[in-house]
Amino acid sequence: MIEIKKLHKSYPIGKDSLHVLKGIDLHIKEGEFVSIMGSSGSGKSTLLNIVGLLDEHDEGEYYLNGKLIKNLNEKKAAILRNKFLGFVFQSFNLISYKTALENVALPLYYKGVPRKERLKIAMEYLDKVELKDWANHLPNELSGGQKQRVAIARALVTKPKVVLADEPTGALDSTTTDNVMDLLRDINDEGMTVFVITHEEEVAAQTKRIVRLKDGIIISDNLTSKSKAV
Amino acid sequence: MFDLDRWREIFQSISKNKLRSVMSGFTVAFAILLFTLLFGIVSGLSNSFKDAFADDAQNSMFVRVWKTSKPYKGLQTGRRIQLKNNDFDYVKDEYDSNIELLTARVNRNVNISYKNNQDNYSLRAVHPDHQFLEKTIIDEGRYINQRDLKEKAKVIVIGRLVKEDLFGEKPALWKRVNVNGISYQIIGIFSDDGGDNEERMTYMPITTAQMIYGNNDEINSISIGYNPDLSLDEAIAFGNKLERDLRKKLNIHPDDQSALRVQNMAEANKGVGTFMLALYFIVIFIGSGTLVAGIIGISNIMIFVIKERTKEFGIRKALGAQPSSIVGMVVQESVLITTIAGYLGLSLGTYILSQIGDSLEDYFITNPSVSPGIVIGATVVLILSGLIAGYVPAKRAAKIKPIVALRAD
Ligand SMILES: Nc1ncnc2c1ncn2[C@@H]1O[C@H](COP(=O)(O)OP(=O)(O)OP(=O)(O)O)[C@@H](O)[C@H]1O
Ligand SMILES: [Mg+2]
Repeated sequence: MIEIKKLHKSYPIGKDSLHVLKGIDLHIKEGEFVSIMGSSGSGKSTLLNIVGLLDEHDEGEYYLNGKLIKNLNEKKAAILRNKFLGFVFQSFNLISYKTALENVALPLYYKGVPRKERLKIAMEYLDKVELKDWANHLPNELSGGQKQRVAIARALVTKPKVVLADEPTGALDSTTTDNVMDLLRDINDEGMTVFVITHEEEVAAQTKRIVRLKDGIIISDNLTSKSKAV
Repeated sequence: MFDLDRWREIFQSISKNKLRSVMSGFTVAFAILLFTLLFGIVSGLSNSFKDAFADDAQNSMFVRVWKTSKPYKGLQTGRRIQLKNNDFDYVKDEYDSNIELLTARVNRNVNISYKNNQDNYSLRAVHPDHQFLEKTIIDEGRYINQRDLKEKAKVIVIGRLVKEDLFGEKPALWKRVNVNGISYQIIGIFSDDGGDNEERMTYMPITTAQMIYGNNDEINSISIGYNPDLSLDEAIAFGNKLERDLRKKLNIHPDDQSALRVQNMAEANKGVGTFMLALYFIVIFIGSGTLVAGIIGISNIMIFVIKERTKEFGIRKALGAQPSSIVGMVVQESVLITTIAGYLGLSLGTYILSQIGDSLEDYFITNPSVSPGIVIGATVVLILSGLIAGYVPAKRAAKIKPIVALRAD
């Protein structure tokens, strides 16, 4: 599903450039549940953003669903994101003036789904994250955990192949964290590839594979006990 | 182009962000309001000018004589100049192609009586064309015609106020009145936009007056309506030539303004035209300045708005929004706001102008209003400016990489 070979990424900082990813090789197959760990600044978000086509890499090769990603223009990237990818962010990134339901329905709007159908599907997904009763509330009327569940519903609504989550539990307490992780596991059980960044060992332990980054290189890549359970 | 979902997105974005929308709308509405008022007031000024000249035909010339102020060919200063029928015929024959309307005029003061009512009135003895040169409006009956001239008929056309004086509410047409002791038939009653004095006037055939009051062929003045196909410059040249020729014919010094003069509306028109042109240039200058200020205003606000929405655009892009959809959304929103706000400004402006109406006539502003052409023009400019004001910053915003946009706050 995701295949990365000798990937490099630098950020220009003034005249210098900061070499963040220094040759990453990573292969994630369809249906995997992978977490990335590593200290702050190790390049986790950078990697996820490149995988999510929100940013571009400098060197190396990246295949998404078997397709080489190279010199993508914004339009093509937008189409691919809409088709293959769902995002969950640490800071939720809901649109503040739209209700929970409208937020969830937005990716379907960009997919060209008619309004009625869009709202129906969105409602099903809100139901899935147990927020049906909150459908018509604005984000600022929801708790952090509820917001993240709306964001997850939004990430899933287009039935993407890959869900990318950058510290989805970073802003949540332990109960809601478990809640969110249960959701992600359910998704994975349905066959979606899930790719999570986290700082917390307990969170990572709930995934099936842990990749550890340090200073822009992968230092370990292990299956967890969960993977053997299947 | 008509995409209901897109419009729904836009209406939501506008209504959920009221302050922002009102702010950007206000700039445009205000600019258009000023623009409308400005153009309205100038049109009011120009209306006043037109009214000031409305009494007489726009293409008229007036040959007027008095006393010489310069000696010429042995003739003394102070000689009284008298126009005669042959001068009228001369003008008629020499300048036929330049002339549309032509009349001579004899002025008299007469006493008119009907039954027990009587008063003194001004009388103009004229040719039929006088009606059109003076813009006399016939309310009842008819004006003087060629047959009256030929027959030296004892007929008279009286002003609306003369009729009121002598007849009150009773009918006057075809009745007979006494003019200086001689009986005339009233063949017409007229009104005139030139005011009460004009409506207290009476007209009779010039031939009749010449026969009865002095039995001579003298005339007081000649009025000409020059051919409307002449350009202003040609008409001015014609007036100048006529003046020269008549002075020569009557043995007047070529520069003697006092003895004979041709008053030419073309000259006045040219002056007014130049003045109005200058005024319009000033207005177009200030008006476009106002519009440009409005456009700059909304551009600035759009830049601010788009900056504020950068993160939202980032989110939308992460969810699959293509750059063109972001640009389209912003442009459509901006066009909608400018159009509505512009329309409001325009409506308010026209409303204010209609309320002003005639109340500023003392300041030489009559019936200020904006013409449909200007309204349409301003609307087009508005929509275009909304388009540009939205497009430029939106294009830039859509180019920002989603990851950068998402980081924005
Ligand atoms: N747009 C950017 N421009 C310049 N430097 C950047 C940019 N984005 C990230 N960096 C730098 O690249 C390095 C890696 O950043 P990245 O966000 O990938 O770290 P991370 O592993 O996600 O850290 P954290 O756990 O704190 O989120 C950091 O040193 C960061 O300062
Ligand atoms: Mg990070």
